[in-house]
Amino acid sequence: MFPENLHYSIRGPVNDFIEMLVINYGWIFKAISNALLQSVLLIEAALRGLPWWGVIVIFMVGAWYSSRRITLTIAVGALLFLVGILGLWDLTMQTLALMLMATIVSVLIGVPVGILAAKNRLVRGIILPILDIMQTMPSFVYLIPALMLFGLGKVPAILATIIYAVPPLIRLTDLGIRQVDKEVIEAATAFGGSPIRILFGVELPLATPTIMAGLNQTIMMALSMVVVASMIGARGLGEQVLNGIQTLDVGKGLEAGIGIVILAVLLDRITQGFGKPRAGGVSNG
Amino acid sequence: MGKIEIRNVFKIFGHQESKGLELARQGMGKDEVLSLSGCSVGLNNISMTIEPGKIFVIMGLSGSGKSTLVRHLNRLIEPTSGEVLFDGQNILDLSPKALRDFRTHHISMVFQSFALMPHRTVLQNVIYGQRVRGTSRQKAREIGQQWIDAVNLSGYENKYPHELSGGMRQRVGLARALAADTDVILMDEAFSALDPLIRAEMQDQLLELQTKLSKTIIFITHDLEEALRIGSEIAILKDGELVQVGKPAEILKNPANDYVARFVERRPVGVIAE
Repeated sequence: MFPENLHYSIRGPVNDFIEMLVINYGWIFKAISNALLQSVLLIEAALRGLPWWGVIVIFMVGAWYSSRRITLTIAVGALLFLVGILGLWDLTMQTLALMLMATIVSVLIGVPVGILAAKNRLVRGIILPILDIMQTMPSFVYLIPALMLFGLGKVPAILATIIYAVPPLIRLTDLGIRQVDKEVIEAATAFGGSPIRILFGVELPLATPTIMAGLNQTIMMALSMVVVASMIGARGLGEQVLNGIQTLDVGKGLEAGIGIVILAVLLDRITQGFGKPRAGGVSNG
Repeated sequence: MGKIEIRNVFKIFGHQESKGLELARQGMGKDEVLSLSGCSVGLNNISMTIEPGKIFVIMGLSGSGKSTLVRHLNRLIEPTSGEVLFDGQNILDLSPKALRDFRTHHISMVFQSFALMPHRTVLQNVIYGQRVRGTSRQKAREIGQQWIDAVNLSGYENKYPHELSGGMRQRVGLARALAADTDVILMDEAFSALDPLIRAEMQDQLLELQTKLSKTIIFITHDLEEALRIGSEIAILKDGELVQVGKPAEILKNPANDYVARFVERRPVGVIAE
């Protein structure tokens, strides 16, 4: 047995810390919570307010712009139509709103952090292990404090989704920027480009395919969180799956599962298309 | 006074820069410094004066420090010690902002591997310097078009670099440097990656442009034939040290040491051969 007197538990301090946060800084979390909630409600209202065919048209246009393939465009429309036939339209739109919100916040966090990591070795040295922790830590461990700080519902679900889903975007942004041909950067510098100008005019455009691959991964991982998110009160397809499992209604669970898969396929194909180099074989190297 | 003056420039690569610098200052060569301090000497006490309006060639084999030296002239690389004077001003004193202004207005560069931006068209690449400088899109396009025509690339303005052959890409690189409208152009092994025939063609084009524009061109090469063909003055580097500077005829007639003599002897007379 490991000697008793060497035991040290971080349980107490951590619990005290969280409690202190809730009591003293609750207002900050409330403000964040409110902002996120209002934004996601806005997206949800927009998606559910649109006529069903409007949403299908938007998705088809997105598919066309990303891939320029007529078969994919039609397939996207048909799959969304199938979602409607299965009676999952409203739930899918709720889940989609949640995904979009989590993705937007992930981009706002992930891309700048990825750029910083690419530019600064120290930052990279600190961030990479944190990303490992974020990806391997069981999500329930941070779901509970998220619940305590932000309450039940959509907001902690979005935050938990972001924690799980943002690492690939950071990693691939970092990689994409570091992979940009050093000679091209040198040329831009030699012609007097400032660091900001080079970042936006050269590095980010050349890293875009890699960053889009990261975004694609982020969306896929976010979708894999929908069932977990539903356990803390997020509505949508995940809730339906949970419901199906709890009532041993296998068919219901499967239907919702199919809905999640369809959503995944749609978002995957569309974002993958955007990641592929087009317009003149833009590529690294 | 020369256009560019380099005074006692040392460049030491390694962890113990100051120790390496001290040893190099005592007159030790590259190998000795490496064995004593673990530092590699990039440039060893280089001083030279580059006159305006001429093609100045810096020649040496790979590892001789020629690419390092040329990058000191626009501060892509900072020297460990020494001064680089441009029109009498030490460019090492420039603030980051002033350095960028200096680069946009006074010195442009052509690269061995072209270093074109793959996501921009030929025209967009060519006008990069002008756009950085703040020239309006309209005006920059006019300037760009003029230089694209000057390097015989008319009709390719809206192509992307990957659609062009090596020779054409380097002409874009040349047009980019010319369009920046600077008094000095650095050319780092600009033609080395090209086929012999295309290389000769590019050399002719450069000479032709030079007679028209009389810019100060600093041309790096490892090829003596090329150096003799285009250079008004040639500097020979070996192991980071300046071995000889002179007019092509002087170098051919009076090689400063065995190293230069071997270079000169190996020159096949009357034919271009590698």
